Amino acid sequence: MFAWMVWTTPVAVFFCCIALMLVGMTVWEIKSPTVLRKGFLPIATTRGDRLFIGLLTAAYINLGFVGLAGKLAEWLSLEQEPSIWISFAVSMAVLALILRRG
Amino acid sequence: MKPINQKAWWLVLPVFICVAFSAVLPLMTVVNYSVQDIISPDRRVFVGTEWFAAVMRDEELHSALWRQLSFSLAVLAVEIPLGIALALSMPARGWQASLVLVLVALSLLIPWNVVGTIWQIYGRADIGLLGAALAWLGVDYSYTGDATHAWITVLAMDVWHWTPLVALLCYAGLRSIPDAYYQAARIDGARRFAVFRYIQLPKLRGVLMIAVLLRFMDSFMIYTEPFVLTGGGPGNATTFLSQYLTQKAVGQFDLGPAAAFSLIYFLIILLLCFILYNWMQRVGTADREGAGHE
Repeated sequence: MFAWMVWTTPVAVFFCCIALMLVGMTVWEIKSPTVLRKGFLPIATTRGDRLFIGLLTAAYINLGFVGLAGKLAEWLSLEQEPSIWISFAVSMAVLALILRRG
Repeated sequence: MKPINQKAWWLVLPVFICVAFSAVLPLMTVVNYSVQDIISPDRRVFVGTEWFAAVMRDEELHSALWRQLSFSLAVLAVEIPLGIALALSMPARGWQASLVLVLVALSLLIPWNVVGTIWQIYGRADIGLLGAALAWLGVDYSYTGDATHAWITVLAMDVWHWTPLVALLCYAGLRSIPDAYYQAARIDGARRFAVFRYIQLPKLRGVLMIAVLLRFMDSFMIYTEPFVLTGGGPGNATTFLSQYLTQKAVGQFDLGPAAAFSLIYFLIILLLCFILYNWMQRVGTADREGAGHE
């Protein structure tokens, strides 16, 4: 039925994580409704806002890293381009920071 | 601070199901395409972030992105002030108002590809009114041969096609301002500009937000009109993002890079929408806070 979507395991894992995140946020919201607050971000945000901003930032960090990986290898005289896992770890740390203190 | 009640979100569920079918599943498919090299439906190879890297390092894409941003900003810079001016000069009531509304809305009824064709003929020096008039005035105008002329023509075409939308939105906004505001302004002896600056413009904030968002997003995704008018030329002068994407996906059938590019395009639009929306919301809040302090 879903063969036309040409699924791959990493993409399926990615979307499962997003879906779990949304379900988790919904349950959290029902248990304890969010409070609009101001952190280091320039606007007052709710929990959902911070998740959205965090995910968007994470996507841009990974994209930027993928775009600059060639240059990074050249600047740091690496034999091969640095692993995408580095930017993934950084982006998740930034996501956690935005969710906690944003 | 008082917690926000979010229970109304359940009412969004039917829309969410529709959107899942029409947007989320196709988006998931695009993500799958973006990490594979699809040689045939049965032969596909997982390539990880390779297509993203290729697209991010593509000089042609960078140029198309700058062209697109410049075009969208130019569209906003011309259409928003012009739309407001047009709305301010439209009659408020009577048969003249109905007539002007119909006349203004006419260009909105014309399909995109027809608009392209109209301007393609209109700009030709041999058979088009604009081209012939400019030739008669001694202007060496050619939207097919000169990049600047092509740019101005595409911009003029978009302004002609879409300024009426901004004007109609502003007109509706202006008509919703209660007369009491104008009466108070008259009593205070306010000049025409003061009425515009302190009554009409703040009251138009909501519709202007919609107009800016609609026009920015729409111009950012423009495809048909420049495709019909200039075909992206001369050279690549009017090849905007969506046309570049189509060349990749349909012309060259590079589905992997095209999918990766679509996702980057989507992220750019998402970011710009978010910034614009928050910026507009902030302007409104500042207005209200300012009014509260007075």
